[in-house]
Amino acid sequence: MSEISQKELDGFRADARAWFSENVPAKPEFMMPLTFMEVGTDQQFDFLRGWQKKVYEAGYLGAAWPKKYGGGGLAQALQDIATQEMYRAGGPIMLNAIGLNWAGPLILDMGTDEQRNQYIKGILSAEDIWCQGFSEPDHGSDLGAAQTRAVRDGDDYVINGSKIWTTQGNYAKYMILLARTNPDAQRKYDGLSFFLAPMTVPGVDTVPIRKLTGEYGFTQTFFTDARIPATTLMGGEGKGWQVAMRTLEYERGARGGQAGGYVMVYPDVSKVVDLAKRAMRNGRPAFDDPAIRERLVKLLTTYRGLKLNSTRALIAPLVRDRPLSLPLSAKLVRSEFYREINQLAMAMQGPHGAYYVGEPEAYDDAIWQRSYLNSFSATIGGGTSQIQHNIIGEHVLGLPKS
Amino acid sequence: MTMEMEVTLAFSEEQAELLEVAQSFCRDKSPIPTVRRLIEDELGYDPGVWAEMARLGWLGIAVPEEFGGSGLSLAEVVPVVEQMGRRLMGGPFVSTTLAAQALLVGGAEVQKSVILPGICAGKAATLALTEPHGDWDLAHIETSATETDGKFKLTGVKIFVVDAMSAEWIIVSVMKNGEPALIIIDRASLPENALRREVVADETRRSFRLQLDGLIVAADAFLDTARARETLTHLDLATSLLLSAEACGGAASCIDYTVEYLNTRKQFGKLIGSYQSLKHPIVDAHVAYELARSHLYSAASVFGRQGEGEIAARMAKSEAAEALAFAADRAIQFHGGFGFTYQCDAQLYRRRGMWCEYQYGDGSYQRAKLAKLML
Ligand SMILES: Cc1cc2nc3c(=O)[nH]c(=O)nc-3n(C[C@H](O)[C@H](O)[C@H](O)COP(=O)(O)OP(=O)(O)OC[C@H]3O[C@@H](n4cnc5c(N)ncnc54)[C@H](O)[C@@H]3O)c2cc1C
Repeated sequence: MSEISQKELDGFRADARAWFSENVPAKPEFMMPLTFMEVGTDQQFDFLRGWQKKVYEAGYLGAAWPKKYGGGGLAQALQDIATQEMYRAGGPIMLNAIGLNWAGPLILDMGTDEQRNQYIKGILSAEDIWCQGFSEPDHGSDLGAAQTRAVRDGDDYVINGSKIWTTQGNYAKYMILLARTNPDAQRKYDGLSFFLAPMTVPGVDTVPIRKLTGEYGFTQTFFTDARIPATTLMGGEGKGWQVAMRTLEYERGARGGQAGGYVMVYPDVSKVVDLAKRAMRNGRPAFDDPAIRERLVKLLTTYRGLKLNSTRALIAPLVRDRPLSLPLSAKLVRSEFYREINQLAMAMQGPHGAYYVGEPEAYDDAIWQRSYLNSFSATIGGGTSQIQHNIIGEHVLGLPKS
Repeated sequence: MTMEMEVTLAFSEEQAELLEVAQSFCRDKSPIPTVRRLIEDELGYDPGVWAEMARLGWLGIAVPEEFGGSGLSLAEVVPVVEQMGRRLMGGPFVSTTLAAQALLVGGAEVQKSVILPGICAGKAATLALTEPHGDWDLAHIETSATETDGKFKLTGVKIFVVDAMSAEWIIVSVMKNGEPALIIIDRASLPENALRREVVADETRRSFRLQLDGLIVAADAFLDTARARETLTHLDLATSLLLSAEACGGAASCIDYTVEYLNTRKQFGKLIGSYQSLKHPIVDAHVAYELARSHLYSAASVFGRQGEGEIAARMAKSEAAEALAFAADRAIQFHGGFGFTYQCDAQLYRRRGMWCEYQYGDGSYQRAKLAKLML
């Protein structure tokens, strides 16, 4: 790719800044989801779908994806700038997370031209919502043991079984599906195949599951003799595990190619300090309680450490000892940090810590309590913290498998 | 809001070069059998290796060229100390570097021009700041200098005067007319028995109690009194920075050492590293070490900057010392009965950790300071 001049970068940034400052929507009446896993009502869904479409049409999403499939055909650096400006302006999240971050890059990398024509544009415009069908009721962390069956029949595969915790399952038109084509494979991994499965065919049913917050956001998805075209197979029969692992690389950012934007916003840590000054604990502001101060500073130190880790990850001589260490540990550290800081925010409130959303006397409408409960989405979803420990232990420190 | 400010972590070419050289130098010169041999040695380090370090220019890294140094900064000292820490290397490198810092910030011109070239050439020096009252606040000084006939009579005791027996010069904090001041003493001028070797947990260290009562010094022994407070603050943070470097290095090798055992020792027919009650805590130790190391190099890059420099140094100190303490504590446990022996290296790291944590403010102390700076 030809070098982009600084002038061009600056010009693009200025345009993006102007566009976002003009177009970021005002705060709606309803609670705005902070992550793509928190989209629980039609109102939230419609709002975010409209927003993503608008960003895409303005040229600030998929800017670096090829033009002929619906992208902007620009350099990645420009998409990065657009994403930064979106964040800076406080733009809401992008809705179609699985499409933008996993399915889309995969289809661009490995798909046929026909598949690219069929799927990419709808991913970007949020016309076609994607979901991920990996976890099953009996197989979550042990994904390789997934049992949902896919049986070849003529030009189709017939799917039977159930997926669970399917984020946005009730809205999705397509699912990236991991299913078992060969139950007799010697290694459990070799019996798996990966599909770009349509959710609109007969025999696919989604049942919403209520989350610990009392809201909705994911489903259980049932397949009963659902027929999907064999052309939706990605990477060949028996290669599903490799393809699934590849999608995880996009997720971890170990492999480039995502559409841009962000699908989670993290709560503003400075608001916790602000809360400490307001919240009364044991007759005085939590801010004046040495125990709270110590915990708060400890967490702020971790917060800063996280940022510094991502800077250091780019300095080769400072990551030579164990090059995978920082990329593979970021998810664990970040998700546990947010869980803990929300927990501390509750502890600051004394007895008010027991209030919940809807109680007029609660601090900040109990957003801290809700955020704390929601923070487990990241310590469980995408591989639990315990599994992250295994991954770091085995792939960074070289310890034997558990 | 302070915490939202951009965080900085820069790494210079000089740092990269020194990191590489120090890595192989320390590995070669300070294998564990050497560390253990030197523990038994009165001096505690190999003078030949020390001379080589001087020849490499390490003692003058942060000393301006006009005084015989290379004109870099403490940021470039950090990778060297980190690698020494990694190999548990003894010797007066850190204390001498810090003494030079005291002179650079608070010394008179003549003191600088006489002493700094000596330091760069390989003469050791040290600081005597801590007192029996144990307060980590370096401005809390009970040692006093009282004027009589144009000279000054000292009263008081200093503890944890590291490397005092190897030092040519000792820089001592005192109260003079109700204000902190620093004086420089020729170690050779001390009466016999003024120095007593302390028994410290970290046996690679040589630490001394310094009895100052009755000692008389001339007026020209004082560093610039107008800058004494500033100098003490600088030393507090510089010490934090270098102890963090030492602790980070120690944590890295302690983790390596433990991982090695988890990958070779078998129980119940399985490598013990496959048990999650060992695997997960060692991962926690590793993750804590990585965070600490990022803080360390950030603190190195912003060292000396108003506000930001202090925050970064205190964070680094608390994170690094606690990371080493935790890693080494678990290292003992995870070696089982062998972990309880003197022969197991886990104790070396744990003892080193006690030094790094309890000297110049532990984690809670640093966080209390940080709360004032950040909240
Ligand atoms: C908000 C949210 C959204 C999600 N969205 C999706 C989605 O869109 N699509 C999808 O496919 N999945 C999704 N998931 C599922 C998620 O990936 C799984 O929940 C997760 O991988 C854990 O699997 P599990 O629920 O079966 O728990 P289990 O694997 O049964 O784990 C139970 C407990 O055992 C621990 N454990 C399990 N194995 C080990 C081990 N080897 N060592 C140590 N501890 C172990 C776990 O850490 C956990 O604490 C989502 C989950 C959440 C919370």
